[in-house]
Amino acid sequence: MTVAAPVSPASAPDRAPALEMRGISKTFPGVKALDNVQLRAWTSEIHSLMGENGAGKSTLMKILSGAYTADPGGEILIDGRLTPINGPKSARAAGIAIIYQELSLAPNLTVAENIYLGNEPKQYGIFADRAIMRQETAKVLERLGADFGPDTIVDTLSIAERQQVEIARALHQQSHILIMDEPTTALSTRETDRLFDLIKRLRDEGIAIIYISHRMAEIYELSDRVSVLRDGAYAGTLDRAELSAERLVQMMVGRPLSNLFDKHSHATDRVVLDVKGLTDGGRRVKPANLTLRAGEVLGLAGLVGAGRTELARLIFGADRIVGGEVWLEGQRLNLRNPLDGINTGIAYLTEDRKAQGLFLDMSVRENITISVLGRDALAGGLLNRAAMDRLTSGSIQDLRVRVAGPFVTAGSLSGGNQQKLLIARWIAINPKVLILDEPTKGVDIGAKAEIYRIISELAAKGVAIIVISSELPEVIGISDRILVMREGVIVGEVGGSSGKQATQENIMALATGTTEMVQS
Amino acid sequence: MTEQALTPEKTADKKTWANLIQAAGILPILIVIVIIFSFIAPNFLTEANLLNIVRQASINIVLATGMTVVILTGGIDLSVGSVLAVSAVTAMAVSLMPELGWAAVPLALLIGLVLGALNGALVAYAGLPPFIVTLGSMTTLRGLAYLLAGGTTIINSKIDFAWIGNAYLGPLPWLVIIAFLVLLGTWFLLRHTVLGIYIYGVGGNPQAARLTGIKVNQVLLFVYAFSGLLAGLGGVMTTSRLYSANGVLGTGYELDAIAAVILGGTSFVGGIGTVVGTLFGALIISTLNNGLTLMNVSFFWQLVVKGLVIIIAVALDKYRHKGAGART
Repeated sequence: MTVAAPVSPASAPDRAPALEMRGISKTFPGVKALDNVQLRAWTSEIHSLMGENGAGKSTLMKILSGAYTADPGGEILIDGRLTPINGPKSARAAGIAIIYQELSLAPNLTVAENIYLGNEPKQYGIFADRAIMRQETAKVLERLGADFGPDTIVDTLSIAERQQVEIARALHQQSHILIMDEPTTALSTRETDRLFDLIKRLRDEGIAIIYISHRMAEIYELSDRVSVLRDGAYAGTLDRAELSAERLVQMMVGRPLSNLFDKHSHATDRVVLDVKGLTDGGRRVKPANLTLRAGEVLGLAGLVGAGRTELARLIFGADRIVGGEVWLEGQRLNLRNPLDGINTGIAYLTEDRKAQGLFLDMSVRENITISVLGRDALAGGLLNRAAMDRLTSGSIQDLRVRVAGPFVTAGSLSGGNQQKLLIARWIAINPKVLILDEPTKGVDIGAKAEIYRIISELAAKGVAIIVISSELPEVIGISDRILVMREGVIVGEVGGSSGKQATQENIMALATGTTEMVQS
Repeated sequence: MTEQALTPEKTADKKTWANLIQAAGILPILIVIVIIFSFIAPNFLTEANLLNIVRQASINIVLATGMTVVILTGGIDLSVGSVLAVSAVTAMAVSLMPELGWAAVPLALLIGLVLGALNGALVAYAGLPPFIVTLGSMTTLRGLAYLLAGGTTIINSKIDFAWIGNAYLGPLPWLVIIAFLVLLGTWFLLRHTVLGIYIYGVGGNPQAARLTGIKVNQVLLFVYAFSGLLAGLGGVMTTSRLYSANGVLGTGYELDAIAAVILGGTSFVGGIGTVVGTLFGALIISTLNNGLTLMNVSFFWQLVVKGLVIIIAVALDKYRHKGAGART
C-alpha cells in the first residue's frame, strides 16, 4: 500500500536535525520490513514513533543502533553529517544509545561495573580503576536523581531503577540520541511518572529522545512530534499541536477510529449457553447465573481479580466445578477437563497467550491446527497435511495474519498476529460458544480493530461470544450487553435490555461497589 | 494491502533446507572426527571398521531414540540401562526353559513396556518429577536385575534369537537394521502423526497443551512406555549378541543415550529436537570409542576425551545457533 504525500511537520526547526534517516529500507528473506522510511529528530525534542506491531518501528531502531544493517541506498545523518552505521560500535560512536525492552544489564555486577562494562578505566594497564568508576557513576546517578549508589548490585534494583542504570550508561557514553522502546511496560504509575520527569529533563538538557510506545496517553504527555509507520512505510509526522487520537489511528491503521466497532447487533433469541449456579466452591467464583444467545456478544467486566477468568475457566472445563450446571443448547454438560468443553463446542482464548496459549517454537501451521489435529486426522492417527494446509492458509487469509509463511515459528510473530493465530485455532473447532479473555491485551490498535471485526463476523455467523475485557471503551464498544463481576459475584448488568446504560460510570460503580454504598 | 504470505511451495522448500541445516547441526562435527581418525588411527577407514562403528552404536541409537521422545516432552528417563538389564536377564532365564524359549523376546519387550509405563504413570498421574521417578526406578530395577540373575551371569549358547545380535541381512548386521527401523519409525511418529505434534506441544508448553484439549497425561504415559519398550528391545539386542546376561548389563547406558540426544541438538527444556540429530550424536560417541580404541588409548583417557568432546560439540552448536539468531 502506498501512502499519500507524507505530512511534513509544520514547525520543523530551521537547524539541522540531530538525526536524519533518509530512504531506509530493510529486506529480510521473504519480507520487506521497511520501505523507503524517513525520520528526522532534533535535539531537545521528544520524538515519538508509533505504528502497529510489525509496522517496522523496532527494525528501524535496530538499524539505528547498529543491530541490523539497512539495505544499500539509505542514508543516516547525525548533526547534518552523513554517518554510516554498520554495527553497534559505530552507533555508539555516533552518540546513539538504545534502552531495550529487555534490559541488558549484568545482574550480578554493581551499578558502576555495569555502566563501565567492557570499557573500564585501567590502572597500570590491567586493573580496573574502581575509584574513578565510582566517582563518575555517582555523578551520573546524581544527574538522574537516582536513589541508589554506584556500589549497589543490579540484581537488588527494581525494573525502574535498572532502567535508570541503562540511561546512566547511555549518558556516560556521551550519547545525545536516546532511543526508548516501550520503557513503561513493566513500570507502576509512580515509576512511570518519575521516568517521564526524567525524560523531559533529559530533553531540556539537549538530548534527542526517540520514544516508542503504544499508549496514547504517554504519547500525548511526552511528544513534541510523532512519526507514524504503517506496514513498513513512512505514514507521516504530526506536530504536538496537531495530535489527535483520530488522526494517529487513521495514520496507523489507514482508516478512521469511528469504524473500529461494529455497532450492529447480531443477537438472536435462541439461547445457546445457560449457566446455573456455577461455582468453584466459593473460592473465586460464587454461584453464577448467565444466559447467552446465538450471535450475542456478552461483555464480562470487572476489576482484575473479580473472578471473570475463573468463571470462564469453569464454563470451559479447565477447572473443577464444585456446584452448578452448564447447559449447552438444552443439554446438560459434564465438564471435567478442557477437552470436554472443546468437544461440546466451547472454546476459551486464554488471557496470557504466551504462557497458556502458544507453542512458541512450533510453526504457525501447527499452532493453528493443533486443536483439530485429532478430528481431521487420517486413519491411524496420521496427520492430514492437506487439511492442515487448507485450514492454515484459509485462516491466514480470513484473519489477515501477517506472516512470512505457514512454517515460521509462532514466537517470531508480533503480539497481534499471535493473538490471531490463537483465535484461528478456536474458530477451527466451529465453536458454539467462544470465550475471549482480554483478547486485545498487548496488541496494537490496528490488530485491535481487526480482532473487533473478527468478533463481529463470528457473531454474525451465530457464534455466542463472551468477551472479558478490562478496557471499558472496548467492552462497551463491542458488547451487546455487559455483566459486571465483583469479588466472585455477578453484581449487575448494563446495556441491552437491562435498563441501565452501558457507560463507563455505571460499570465502574458496579465493579467497585460504590452504588450499593450510596444506597445503604 | 501487500499480502506477505508466500506460496506454500516456496516456503516448503525453504523449510526443507532450514530443517536440513537444523538437523545437520552436529553432522559437521561427526565428519571432522571421522576425518581426523582416518589420518591418525590405524585401520580406521575400512569398510569393516565403519560398519563396526555403526553396529556398536546400534544399541545406543535404540535407547537414545526413546530418550529423545521423552526429553522432547521436557522429561528424562534415567532408568533405561536398568530396564535393559531386567529385560535381558528375563529373556535369558526364559530362554533356558525348554517349553518357553519362544517367549523370551516377547516377554523382554513386554517387561520393558510395562516398566516404562510405570515410570510414565508416576510422572503423568502422580505428578512426580521425571528425574526423581526414573532415578528411583533406575536403582530399584538394577537391584531387581541382580536378584533375577541370582548374582551370577546367565549363559545360554543356544538361544533361538541369536540372529538378532549376530546374523546379517545381506551386508548389514541385523542390529544395524533394527536400529535403523526404530529410528525411521520414531521419525515417522514425530513428523507424520498427531501424537508426534502432541509430544512437541506437551514439551513446548504443557499448560497450553492442556487448554488446547491435548490429553497431556496420556502423552506422558506414552513416551515413558515407549522409552521402556525400546530399552527392552535394547536388552534383547545386547543379550543376543553376548549369549548371556547379568545384573551389571547396561550400567551407564542411560548416560550415553542422554549424551547422544543432547549432542543431537534436542533441548533439555522440551519441545525442540529431532531423532536425526540423535542419530548423529550416537554415531559421534561410537566413533570416538572406536577410534580411540584403535589408537590404543586407555579406557580412562577415552572417558576424558569423550566427555570433553561432548561439551565442546554442544558449545559449538550453541554458538552457531546464536550467530544464526543474530542475523535474522
